[in-house]
Amino acid sequence: MSLSDKDRIFTNLYGFQSAGLKAAQARGDWDDTKALLAKGQDAIIEDVKASGLRGRGGAGFPTGMKWSFMPKESKDGRPSFLVINADESEPGSCKDREIMRHDPHKLIEGALVAGFAMRARAAYIYIRGEYIREAEALQAAIDEAYDAGLIGKNACGSGYDYDVFLHRGAGAYICGEETALIESLEGKKGQPRLKPPFPAGAGLYGCPTTVNNVESIAVVPTILRRGPAWFDGFGREKNSGTKLFQISGHVEKPCVVEEEMSIPFRELIERHCGGIRGGWDNLLAVIPGGSSVPLVPAEQIMDTPMDFDGLKELGSGLGTAAVIVMDKSTDIVRAISRISYFYKHESCGQCTPCREGTGWMWRVMKRLETGDADIDEIDMLHTVTKQVEGHTICALGDAAAWPIQGLIRHFRPELERRIAERANTLQEAAE
Amino acid sequence: MADRTPAPDTPELRERWGNFAFNEAYEAKAQKALARYPQGRQKSAVMPLLDLAQRQVGEETDTQGWLPLPVIEYVANYLDMPVIRVLEVATFYFMYNMKPVGKYHVQVCGTTPCMLRGSDDIIATCKKRGMKMGHVSDDGLWTLTEVECMGNCATAPMVQINDDNYEDLTPERLDAVLDALAKGEQPKTGTQEPGRHTSEPSGGPTTLKEMVTENHDYRGEW
Repeated sequence: MSLSDKDRIFTNLYGFQSAGLKAAQARGDWDDTKALLAKGQDAIIEDVKASGLRGRGGAGFPTGMKWSFMPKESKDGRPSFLVINADESEPGSCKDREIMRHDPHKLIEGALVAGFAMRARAAYIYIRGEYIREAEALQAAIDEAYDAGLIGKNACGSGYDYDVFLHRGAGAYICGEETALIESLEGKKGQPRLKPPFPAGAGLYGCPTTVNNVESIAVVPTILRRGPAWFDGFGREKNSGTKLFQISGHVEKPCVVEEEMSIPFRELIERHCGGIRGGWDNLLAVIPGGSSVPLVPAEQIMDTPMDFDGLKELGSGLGTAAVIVMDKSTDIVRAISRISYFYKHESCGQCTPCREGTGWMWRVMKRLETGDADIDEIDMLHTVTKQVEGHTICALGDAAAWPIQGLIRHFRPELERRIAERANTLQEAAE
Repeated sequence: MADRTPAPDTPELRERWGNFAFNEAYEAKAQKALARYPQGRQKSAVMPLLDLAQRQVGEETDTQGWLPLPVIEYVANYLDMPVIRVLEVATFYFMYNMKPVGKYHVQVCGTTPCMLRGSDDIIATCKKRGMKMGHVSDDGLWTLTEVECMGNCATAPMVQINDDNYEDLTPERLDAVLDALAKGEQPKTGTQEPGRHTSEPSGGPTTLKEMVTENHDYRGEW
């Protein structure tokens, strides 16, 4: 079982060839898009539902179902918007960047097709501010698409008017949360909104809005061309499709690669990454879905299918499929403590449990790195993570809590060892 | 949350920046940014406008640029927004520099994926060259900042220097990049690993090999 190149969607993933319109068309993008649109809005949504596509931004919500929440007609004259979340900031994630700089026309064509299906007037692509060259590449592609009449008035000759705008962020992880992203697009601090109302009812400028990840949108034209059954044929049931995996950390050859969903971890690493640094016996733990999901110890993950359900069974998650691999040379406490610092840095400050909790948790984690703590503080830390989790407007509080919970669940003996070792050293010094 | 206080509002600051206005080139860019948002929603353009203002300040000072208070007030005035609304945006997002920075803003990613690949050594290399976190070096060339994940995890460790990324770094490779910049040259951007193109596995891709040499169309095999 191995995904063959003909079934890969992002054929210019590595940018060996031009990202420009002509080259993209030669690879099959924008091929009679008018005919795709002629299927009709409902048929497109049905196809996406049937394909089993689940959101690629981390939560894994069924994409077609999300689209079906959008109003079919505007009763009060409000337009609808598609907002594409290109604020890729989850530590470990680096896939949308490759799409935007090397295969941008897949995203723009997807924006048209998806926007048409949900009856949107325009798409706003919110790209993270640090992706400066990527934004330039994407803007160039948007300009090309306008000049060729593929988007704008009478897009692709379909009679549908549709704009695609690029909006650059300015360095705030929280703007990857959909309502924070909308706030930011409106020119405010990116602080998440209370839900309800959900964006499909009142989102950008108070209008019905759907927020989708870059990869979710960019795969849609290919799904429609090849049929939902083709896409659904990959991966286990309810975990359909192909997926961009991003493998970082202690593998011989870190990379981004498109593979079949549900590929076993060991196969993914052996086939594309040249194995674990120092061999499989040297594997310590893996963070399989970006920094916010709990780590999984080596022996549990080795033969696990890399998909939403497989990793959920291990108490972790697929997230964005950002696979962070750690070998036995890793200071595991520091690795997680650095993630705690990240969340402290990125907390937007709106909800007290997160604003205060992320800093508190990081300071305790810092002390646990050197064992400068009391043995009871491990449980106290765990209690505090539970007090942050689920008590904030958005999921950043949860994301800050889970890595620590994962560490305590799997590496409590290591935490205790450090505390005991430090106590011994102090004892000896005193004598 | 991090310390994001604006630079003190002094008479010297007013003197230097009180008359700030977009020059012709930046005015055109600002108008283009404004046109992306619906009528009556112009304040959506506050982020692009702050970015443009910072870039113009950068050109005028031969640095990456920053946002003095009078410049923030100018943007507020431009968009007919209360100054506090613009100030809170400027202080919320990390890419707006609230204090002056050097000609090159060396932003080293220190988050876990880069840390696992040796970002400690990258930061040490910068410090060895005399850079200090959050300070402009004496020659005005460098400001060092440790930043959070920049999304280059498969080519870690990395730095972003002004608008460009330098990836797959070692202390030696970073030294070479910084030496070139100091001499006024433009080093190769992206991965610094010999033979590596972008984020494919080093040594050559394991998939889509036809694409290396030609713009292959796989549709014939569907």
